Amino acid sequence: MIEALALPFMRRALEAGLLVGAVASYLGVFVVQRGLGFFGDGLAHAAFGGVALGILLGAEPLWVAIPFTLAAALMIVWVRDRTALKYDTAIGVSFAVSMALGIIFLSLRQEYSRDALTYLFGSILAVTPADLWITRALAAASLCMLPLWGRWAYATVDPELARADRLPTRRDDYILAAAIAITVVIAVKVVGMVLVAAFLVIPPAAARLLTRRFATMTLLSVVIGAISVLAGLILSYQCDLPSGPTIILVQAAFFAAGVTFRR
Amino acid sequence: MTANAISVRDVEVRLGGATVLSDISFDIRESSFVAIIGPNGAGKSTLLKALLGLVDTSRGTITIDGIAPRDIPAAWAGYVPQVKALDRDFPALAIELVATGPHARWPWRLGAEARAHALEALELAGAKHIADRPAGRLSGGELQRVYLARAFSREPKFILLDEPAAGLDVAGEADMYHIIESYQRKHRATVMMITHDWDGARIHASDVLLLNRTNIGFGPPDTVLNDQTLLQVFGHKGHTHPKTEGTRHD
Repeated sequence: MIEALALPFMRRALEAGLLVGAVASYLGVFVVQRGLGFFGDGLAHAAFGGVALGILLGAEPLWVAIPFTLAAALMIVWVRDRTALKYDTAIGVSFAVSMALGIIFLSLRQEYSRDALTYLFGSILAVTPADLWITRALAAASLCMLPLWGRWAYATVDPELARADRLPTRRDDYILAAAIAITVVIAVKVVGMVLVAAFLVIPPAAARLLTRRFATMTLLSVVIGAISVLAGLILSYQCDLPSGPTIILVQAAFFAAGVTFRR
Repeated sequence: MTANAISVRDVEVRLGGATVLSDISFDIRESSFVAIIGPNGAGKSTLLKALLGLVDTSRGTITIDGIAPRDIPAAWAGYVPQVKALDRDFPALAIELVATGPHARWPWRLGAEARAHALEALELAGAKHIADRPAGRLSGGELQRVYLARAFSREPKFILLDEPAAGLDVAGEADMYHIIESYQRKHRATVMMITHDWDGARIHASDVLLLNRTNIGFGPPDTVLNDQTLLQVFGHKGHTHPKTEGTRHD
């Protein structure tokens, strides 16, 4: 593995994987505690629609997928906010519409696209220098949002008390959704659309089982998310397995440990 | 003469196109204990939320110490929601929930000072011994005390309680009234409590607001809770508890 790190693409894979794994596990604690596990899946499908549009336009898919998915995420929060519909219904609609658009976009492009498959199943080893910069920007933005943790956590445990205390819970919901959307698109490149929701759900769920405090859950989730990427990449290199699914299986091992040693 | 702490004038509240409250007017004097009584769907919780600035009025005015609900400092109001609203899956210790009272944030870690302050509030609510227990594993009564401690910890001028007696046994209920009244005396706080317990209201409240989407009556319990008004609101006159009726609990 050490000699593999001499290869630039492996170094990029490791850095991008660690950063996106840590950010997704951090945001994931709110996803899990707010019961929004389906949100990650919904946004992954929106990302597919965005990638397909990028391919059709001949643009870099990530640049199109980010605004496309961001729009879907904000739309989901808006529908929940302004109508009587719940999150899962709004996500269900966005999910189907994005997928339908994605399939139509791909059908409009006559030739076969290898890019589409890369995004479907992910390819951490295809992380470009530009992807890495986007991932670094995401990690930096997440660090800037750390002071919002206390507000987001308070609004998660009791949104009404948070509103009674004049916290801007509505604005915070949009900020959180936007952060999750961008994370999902970047993680799609690494693990693929099919598996991306695991990044937001499995490390926080494992952490939840092992602790009784939300602060500890948050720390533990980030640690599990980062270690899973590291161990998963090493394993996939050693055993010649696809990287994304190997990472997910390492996360699942932490989850199994959480179920066994739950507090 | 004591000043009016809360003044409600011709208030109407509409939610989702339906009128939930209309023609509500009353004045609450400082340091009074008001019981809000009415059948299910009478708009009791909505009224409490309007006082907290959580829902807007479509007509009329509400002032709290002369200020609109949305503009009062959040720390003035100690809100005790229904305990069933708590997300019991959230990994929280009882003392962390209390600490959200003064800080309006979930605590990353509790410093010595914040911990001592929260423990003091828990002691007032008779719940110091459960400070480090997971909130999700507390009984309804224990959780009620934790929410009371949370409200006390910010030393509010107004305490607003949404059915705090729900799920409590007789001893627990008497204890809860005692805790609230002790705080009220010490801080001269104004208390508004939604309750289904007419007897409790007769004994503990200085005023009763009888509500059924509109204001049926407001005033001292013995004046408002009469056969005619109860029949009008509930369709029956209720039942009496001769052993407790007429005695003022202290």
